Amino acid sequence: MSLIEFIDYSFSYIGSDKPVLDQINLKIESGEVVILAGPTGCGKSTLLRSINGLIPQMYPGKRSGSVFIDGLDVTTTPMSKIAEKVGFVFQNPENQIFMFSVERDIAFALENLAMPRKEIRERVSWAMDLLHITDLAEKAPHELSDGQKQRVAIAGVLAMKPSVLVMDEPTSLLDPKTASALVTTVKHLHDSLDITVIIVEHRLEILASLATRILIMEGGEIMLDGPPREVLSKREAQVAGIGIPVITRVYTLLKESGLTLPVVPLAPRELAELLSVRSFD
Amino acid sequence: MIKFESVSFTHLGGTTVLSDVSLEIAPGELLAIVGANGAGKTTLAKHTNGLLKPTRGIVTVFDLDTRKASVAELSRHVGIVFQNADHQLFSETVEDEIVFGLRNLGFDDDVVKKRLEWALSFFELNRYRNVAPLLLSGGEKKRLCIACVLAWDPEAIILDEPTVGQDYAQKEKLEQMIRMLLTRGRSVIVVSHDIEFVWSLQPRVIVMAGGRILADGLADQIFTNTDLLEKANVRRPHLVELSELIDPKPEKPFHTVHDALHWIVHQLRR
Repeated sequence: MSLIEFIDYSFSYIGSDKPVLDQINLKIESGEVVILAGPTGCGKSTLLRSINGLIPQMYPGKRSGSVFIDGLDVTTTPMSKIAEKVGFVFQNPENQIFMFSVERDIAFALENLAMPRKEIRERVSWAMDLLHITDLAEKAPHELSDGQKQRVAIAGVLAMKPSVLVMDEPTSLLDPKTASALVTTVKHLHDSLDITVIIVEHRLEILASLATRILIMEGGEIMLDGPPREVLSKREAQVAGIGIPVITRVYTLLKESGLTLPVVPLAPRELAELLSVRSFD
Repeated sequence: MIKFESVSFTHLGGTTVLSDVSLEIAPGELLAIVGANGAGKTTLAKHTNGLLKPTRGIVTVFDLDTRKASVAELSRHVGIVFQNADHQLFSETVEDEIVFGLRNLGFDDDVVKKRLEWALSFFELNRYRNVAPLLLSGGEKKRLCIACVLAWDPEAIILDEPTVGQDYAQKEKLEQMIRMLLTRGRSVIVVSHDIEFVWSLQPRVIVMAGGRILADGLADQIFTNTDLLEKANVRRPHLVELSELIDPKPEKPFHTVHDALHWIVHQLRR
């Protein structure tokens, strides 16, 4: 069985007759870095909530089909058990930071698991170091900027060393340099811990190069699924109104003018290099 | 007109967040504020409607000194859409949320009704009219916050991270909305980390770092100044980066993907 598996899964929230997820069949394997994109209201957040058990355990609604994480049925496994497998970084970090200091906040979940003190200390300093927030250890959450709060939330989740890291628009409140640093961090985590990463993101220009796979959703269904360069250069992706990186859009325009480059570029340097050798198919 | 004269702001605890900021924003002007997390961008924004009062210097908003005027009075002139939508939404339905501000500002019932209908349709929120705001998706919440503020048609609009949670289609719509506001003589201030979005607007840009204004100029000047961007922890837009890497280099950076296309095709045909 795959690490994450959706089988004929549909869900609609209470008070709404329209399914937000409609017959989803999806397998995500260990070690993948998946970006989930699509217009607002397409069902991205609902899909994420179905992975960590928030649906149906916190958000009731009409549901059919099933979701498994590492062989565990999400609907019947206690959320505390799922939380050890799936680390979730919410779009709004304030929803998950609440202790009196950054250090205590990161330690919170580990303390709850009754982990030995030494290990808690090690993991907290490892996570703070990774997110460059060691100097904030003693600060109270209200003293932090939004970007700092987000880094604290990420550190708190990583300290649990989950097998799946789920992030809902992780770069949205980060300045561009910090966002690039986050990309490096996620890449490093993925390479060294072999963690599976699922990211909902609109600003694809930052994260597309990191992903092994992009899923594009529309109207509760998965419309496109494949490697980033392939998916982002498809006509359907452009029509879906997702944030195709500008460089990929230049590629598509060139192609429409009869100039097809051998590789789909995602970043400026890639396009400049392809143009410098003037290699067209 | 919004005017900052040597404004500094220090928290009660003694941390200085704004240092000697001077700035003027004219009607019909579009200003983007960029800078790293903690540079003082949001603090600056909060000074425009009196939520924060300067500890030194003067902020004047449409001839009102923000130290003397009430937030309610200033809010008629300046509408702020905060970064975090959850801080701004509290009504039971989307309709109530939009109506709340309008009623508070004392508009007549028929005006309230008209403005409500406009806001619901412009921001594609009609189908959520009777839905609780907290049940909306992140992007929809953000749109609702913008709708609530634009409903009372303030003379200046501050958008703090407006593209968060917005897909490409909504970003284009947001851009159109900003242009529409400018043609109507409204001032628009966009605080954003979304450099690609800022670049597409081609606004006047202020770069902030450590509570100070490092630079104030046109997008073309600011985003081609690598040293400045490095200092402020801001990255170049991808089209600017491409313009500098491509050989031969264009005279000025590409503003749109079509600029890039035309240049490349033109060079290849030569």
